[in-house]
Amino acid sequence: MPLLFPLVLSALLFAIGTYAVLARRNAVLVLMGVELMLNAVNLNLVAFDAYLRDVVHSGQVLTLFVIAVAAAEIGLGLAIVLAVFRSYGHIDADRLRALADSDAVDEQIAAEQTVGTEETAGGPVPADAAGGR
Amino acid sequence: MSAVEVLFVLLGVVAVGSALLVVTTGRLVHSALWLVVTLGALAGCYLLLAAEFVAWVQVLIYVGAVVVLLLFALMLTRAPTGPQLGETTGNRALAAVVAAAVAIVLVTTVVAGFGGVRISLDDALLGSAGSTGEAIFRFWVLPFEVLSVLLLAALVGAIALSRPVRHRSGGEGD
Repeated sequence: MPLLFPLVLSALLFAIGTYAVLARRNAVLVLMGVELMLNAVNLNLVAFDAYLRDVVHSGQVLTLFVIAVAAAEIGLGLAIVLAVFRSYGHIDADRLRALADSDAVDEQIAAEQTVGTEETAGGPVPADAAGGR
Repeated sequence: MSAVEVLFVLLGVVAVGSALLVVTTGRLVHSALWLVVTLGALAGCYLLLAAEFVAWVQVLIYVGAVVVLLLFALMLTRAPTGPQLGETTGNRALAAVVAAAVAIVLVTTVVAGFGGVRISLDDALLGSAGSTGEAIFRFWVLPFEVLSVLLLAALVGAIALSRPVRHRSGGEGD
């Protein structure tokens, strides 16, 4: 098999993932684009493992590591997305302009949120749970 | 072209086509389901490239876990299930240009670098569970253990992030 087959396929997948990251508005779909890019890299690693006939299987083992790191990344990323949804009421990447967590920003968000009704997705906060994070 | 090459090209076409659908469809849930097709086709590609264990891990982790997580996130953020009009940002054209430029640069680079090079799959080392496990636990033990710590850290971080917000200054309590 020509080495170009997997390499071109992974280049195309990487470009498609780039488009998803840049163009999608929903933050979950942006994460899907990241997954596509990671898979393109994995395909490269596996292809070069087969091409170089590596005895210690560096490419395949690294692919497994990348898959594990991607699982960690998607878990953390979705936790962040859910936290953003809980405090802003939407996960629209275009409208998420504030990185800060200051009170002024909170008030501005609260003013914006008077239109969109939203309730937290989490459970009730225990009354005695004091202390900041 | 041999049977393996034909199969690889077919799987590649399926992967690229469904990836395009992932990034262009207006229905968010369909997007996650097309991602399953893309990842499954890639698992087939891994099988053809003699990476058997990686292919099954791909099916287990990506198709089994990651896509389910994505679907959960879509549901928890109350993603609408119907077709959406404004699912792409305003700079969609710019993003398409950047993506096309990335594709052109990468494809010309790999064609210039590896045109005519062939993988000889007949005597390829099969990456079965046995050989991959031996490679991991003989040569890659330290990265493997570090990775387990990383996964634990990510797990704890995800739990800490997704706890209910407890309130600073007692405003708009939830």
